[in-house]
Amino acid sequence: MTAIALPGEAVRPTRGGSSLGWTFSNIGTITWRNLMAITRVPEALFFSTLQPIMFVLLFRYVFAGAIGSIYGVPYVDYLMPGIFVQTVCFGAVSTAIGLADDLQKGLIERFRALPMSRTAVLAGRTTADLVRNVFVIIIMTVVGLLVGFRPSGGPANYLVACVVMLLFGFALSWGFAYIGLAAPNTETAQVMAFPILFPFTFASSAFVNTASMPGWLQAFANHQPVTAVANAVRVLMLGGTFSDLYTVWPAIAWIAGLLIVLAPLSVRKFRNAL
Amino acid sequence: MPATLAVETTDIVKVFPKGNVRALDGVSIEVKEGAVFGLLGPNGSGKTTLVRILSTILSADSGRAMVLGNDVSKHPDRIRRLIGLAGQYATVDENLTGLENLKMIGRLCRMSRDEARTRAIELLELFGLSDAGNRALKTYSGGMRRRLDLSAALVAKPPLLFLDEPTTGLDPQSRQDLWHVIEDLVDGGTTILLTTQYLEEADRLCESLVVLDHGRIIASGTPSDLKQTLGETVVAITFEDEAGVAKALPLLRDLSDHELFIDSDNVELTVDHGPSVTAEALRRLDGAQVAVAGIVLREPSLDDVFLSLTGKRTDTDGDDDLEPAGKRRGR
Repeated sequence: MTAIALPGEAVRPTRGGSSLGWTFSNIGTITWRNLMAITRVPEALFFSTLQPIMFVLLFRYVFAGAIGSIYGVPYVDYLMPGIFVQTVCFGAVSTAIGLADDLQKGLIERFRALPMSRTAVLAGRTTADLVRNVFVIIIMTVVGLLVGFRPSGGPANYLVACVVMLLFGFALSWGFAYIGLAAPNTETAQVMAFPILFPFTFASSAFVNTASMPGWLQAFANHQPVTAVANAVRVLMLGGTFSDLYTVWPAIAWIAGLLIVLAPLSVRKFRNAL
Repeated sequence: MPATLAVETTDIVKVFPKGNVRALDGVSIEVKEGAVFGLLGPNGSGKTTLVRILSTILSADSGRAMVLGNDVSKHPDRIRRLIGLAGQYATVDENLTGLENLKMIGRLCRMSRDEARTRAIELLELFGLSDAGNRALKTYSGGMRRRLDLSAALVAKPPLLFLDEPTTGLDPQSRQDLWHVIEDLVDGGTTILLTTQYLEEADRLCESLVVLDHGRIIASGTPSDLKQTLGETVVAITFEDEAGVAKALPLLRDLSDHELFIDSDNVELTVDHGPSVTAEALRRLDGAQVAVAGIVLREPSLDDVFLSLTGKRTDTDGDDDLEPAGKRRGR
């Protein structure tokens, strides 16, 4: 460690370019960093992939026999869109955990003292979780096909369904970012996130027909985002009966609404945090 | 001469609502450009809070802070382009390699990919981390982490550097190494504001310093000013029992201009010339037939500064910078 010739050449090269351009560059950098982190802990990636696969196998083989069919389609076909939606919901918890971890380790502190976009720390996290969801959806599609899932809505609609789910997961990530910033540590972030998720994922049309639920629960189940998105994904992946029953519009409205409300909320929380 | 001040604060107040703690209670400092300025104080004195306000991470409740000519409350964005921050808790990304960490910071500081890479390699070399550059951070020792953390603060060649307890928790060799780095940086023209709990560190590095206690400045000046008020050496004499202490006190009292510190069977004198005072003390104790169990000469510590300035020892139960409990880094 010899002489460290430092400033001399004056101050940091302040580059031109629009601030919006730099915001996207910052988001890209933080996204890259978060994705690298996933690849560096392969165990975490493995087990977070294993979980949705377990759900597919368990629901497919434990409940399918008892439930038989819903709306005239085999349970495995009814189930898969629900499992997809449930998986992206649970995936959003990692947004909360990741941010709580960065906060706890002091990395956010360093970011805040850098001349970077304030929004990029959050957007880079939610974007990385979006990319991870793409990967998870591909794996689950393969597993689904192996256990008898036969989407009959056509490949184009299948892709649209995936985009809808990814956008839903992205919107939820912004909400869970808030929890990550509010939680004192990763463990608390996790225990705060799941009780919020459970009623939405299970008291929904994800796994069963809501008509089988008691009236008071139906009132909730039929008017919440997970049901809207699960129904939309069924319309797109399965077509047929579901096209007559539901449309994709409630899901689109929920996703847009959640994003518009949750993203600014979390950004504000980030600015005021610490 | 305001033009040559890198940092100037006037009556900074920061209260953390949780527990209603006045972390900073009217702090005014002036940091000259090109110098090393020290914030000396125990845990909970407000050092870190002041650094966080100056580095735009936290906002003050009242008072004014100017950093390189920019008001922290009006132009934090300008300040962020001019400062580097390295912390006591090595804030580097665990999941990335050393090289990746530095490249990431470079990119976030608006460097192109090539620039960021070149600068990262340059810094790894300067800090003796070239061989470890492509290794995962979990293989790094504490000293290596601290060096990486410091190099992360230097990526954008900032003219002003904040170092929050840069050597706390390091072994003596790593501490020496880091001191050399800091001295090199100052030779290169960087202004440094550092916080420390070590009097020795402040003495070695700082041109001027303030001593903080409970968010207030209780002393300021050069390290030698501080030593003059304090004395150069502490002579600590241990007796066999408290009766020995009682007999010794009248004999020892006039040997030091400062207050004696008495702790059960231990008496400490802060003096300017250790060896001669020690010899005289032993002569007198021997003459009075007071048995001495042990005698130690040491440099004054922060504790001694506090004893001399406030008449009490530092609070050891202080929660580091008085943050609301639970938030931030786990420790």
